[in-house]
Amino acid sequence: MRELIEGTILPRFGHDSELRAPPDAAVLPQVTGNLAFTTDSFVVSPLFFPGGDIGRLAVFGTVNDLAVAGALPLWISLSLIIEEGLPIPVLEHILESAAAAAQEAGAQIVAGDTKVVPAETADGLFVTTSGIGRVLPPPPLGPETLHVGDELIVSGPIGRHGIAILVAREQLGLNPPPETDCACLLDPVQQLRDAELLFGGRCVVRAMRDATRGGVTAVLHEWAQACGQTLSVRESDIPTTPDIRGAAELLGLDPLQIACEGTMLVAVKSGTGKAAVRALRNSSTSRDAAIIGEVKKRGLAPVSIQRALGTEQPLDELSGAMLPRIC
Amino acid sequence: MKHLDEFRDPKLARRLVDEIRRTVSQPRVLMEVCGGQTHSLLRHGIATELNEVVELIHGPGCPVCVTPAEAIDFAQQLALEPNVVLASFGDMLRVPGTSRSLLDVRSRGGHVKIVYSPLDAVDLARHHPDQHVVVFAVGFETTAPTTALAVLQAATLGLKNFSLLVAHVRVLPAMEALMQSPGCRVEGFLAAGHVCTVTGFDEYESFVQRHKTPVAVTGFEPLDLLNGIRECVNQLEANQCEVTNRYARSVRQEGNASAQEIVSQVYEIADTPWRGLGVILKGGYRLHGEFEAFDAALRFETILRRVDDRSNMLTVDEQGSQTGCPAGVCPSDDCRSGEVLRGLIKPVECAAFGTRCTPDSPLGAPMVSAEGACAAYFKYQRTI
Repeated sequence: MRELIEGTILPRFGHDSELRAPPDAAVLPQVTGNLAFTTDSFVVSPLFFPGGDIGRLAVFGTVNDLAVAGALPLWISLSLIIEEGLPIPVLEHILESAAAAAQEAGAQIVAGDTKVVPAETADGLFVTTSGIGRVLPPPPLGPETLHVGDELIVSGPIGRHGIAILVAREQLGLNPPPETDCACLLDPVQQLRDAELLFGGRCVVRAMRDATRGGVTAVLHEWAQACGQTLSVRESDIPTTPDIRGAAELLGLDPLQIACEGTMLVAVKSGTGKAAVRALRNSSTSRDAAIIGEVKKRGLAPVSIQRALGTEQPLDELSGAMLPRIC
Repeated sequence: MKHLDEFRDPKLARRLVDEIRRTVSQPRVLMEVCGGQTHSLLRHGIATELNEVVELIHGPGCPVCVTPAEAIDFAQQLALEPNVVLASFGDMLRVPGTSRSLLDVRSRGGHVKIVYSPLDAVDLARHHPDQHVVVFAVGFETTAPTTALAVLQAATLGLKNFSLLVAHVRVLPAMEALMQSPGCRVEGFLAAGHVCTVTGFDEYESFVQRHKTPVAVTGFEPLDLLNGIRECVNQLEANQCEVTNRYARSVRQEGNASAQEIVSQVYEIADTPWRGLGVILKGGYRLHGEFEAFDAALRFETILRRVDDRSNMLTVDEQGSQTGCPAGVCPSDDCRSGEVLRGLIKPVECAAFGTRCTPDSPLGAPMVSAEGACAAYFKYQRTI
């Protein structure tokens, strides 16, 4: 085990970090201002998928949670539960990709843990990351501050991660295979921050959230509950890519309910949507950002969708797992 | 994707809606056969747009809704057997049998595996010779070729640990049964485009002539559906009836000959029970005698008999209650899914709809499935 940790794991995170000699705890320097702290576990199968792998996903997942809380990630811990029999080169590849992701996000991996469990008691590899970030003022106001007329923005085409995983896991043989959107959201958030300066330091962003489990729909429902209004989106304005739409149609799934891993929802004050979209489009990660709807006075449904023909319908959260239809 | 955007063009759709409204001299009653069409009609707001001029009665074309509760019970029992894996399409998992669903059984340790293609189940059997893989073969003429192909593959590979629980159904006999049922108000049909892609539409000719109802072979996108509706309405207004193909980009008159060939090689037509509709003459398939080694009902006969006995007991109980459902059809007294499946009522007319019966806690199969009429109403037709 020591050989695994010192020979395989530590060298990949060793660049001037506290991890070089493994102490029991990383000692972190003092930081001014508020801190944000988050944790997330990753159990994705397969471990590798078009556009990413579990290592990159685990780092960006935690980084993005910090980013949408208005924080800059500083330190990350990374814990591994390894199923006996996982080939070492596979582990090495995943660790390298986690290290590269941390570097891209400007964060250091400073602590970790490794456990090995018997074969068939885990699915290859489970990864847990926790992250600490420094909150940059001003932080988003929070979804409870959403008002009627506020505008809803999505930072890019939706549903890419969930479809990429499903197609890879079930070997559906789509060619080319759909790619995950797994990406770091720090730059899009920074673009918004810069744009806020253009507004004389006034914060126009009410809320930000990466649309992971349950997709855009889940975030909309959470926000609707927080603010007590109805969040309404227009189907024809929601960005999707042709391959994701095609695969979702084929599988009987709604891209609005499918997980993203590098795409976020942003709510901004009424009248500032266009400026926010312009700012987001400065980042390559969010170059397809679009206004997709607005906050309305609370109707019967917390979240609604306007279809292309004009009818307005409730938009429900997905219940249970994604079960594809059969014909 | 180009096809999707083309066939969802709101301007063209609006034009077709207006044209249909202008053409209709009296309210017309049409049935869309397939559950996929039901969902599309409601999702895109077409049913609402045509309100007052065309009433759309939702047909029984939801494969998991019409799979008999007894077949689901049998599947559950198989999944609980040691060394048996039940391979099923995902849609089937949440559908209640007489008392519970395959998902419930899985959470209690039952071996239920979701497959996207029955051929995956053949692979599963090949790689796990110590397990017996049973495919829950449900669905219409659309899925029958794939399960038939799986049997042929298993036979070629000489697999002894592979079988089918056959619950396949055929759509035209069900249309026939509906037309003959008392109180049927249907004046014309939107035939299921996917089914016709396999079967072609020659066999609809005699149906049309006997019942004097137009049949339009129809697709699933808004413009496809409006096209099919316009065709039926035009014929009704002109006092005509014929079969027309409004889904020509997918359907040919003769259908898919190789798929038909595979089906007839493996299956023979049989009288078959449908949930909510009872036994329908020639309403489904069973395996040909030469493939009986792959018939789970024969291979696991003792288990089937045990399940049958239990279901019959439940059926007797239910006969005593005031359900309005055929005996053994509905898992709950409150549920009127049998009437929904026969097009006699709209889901919202059921007292349990949206209150005691929701997709999260369904009383009947149509509230569960992505093709079910109750689920479609719950999803798209609740008041905003």
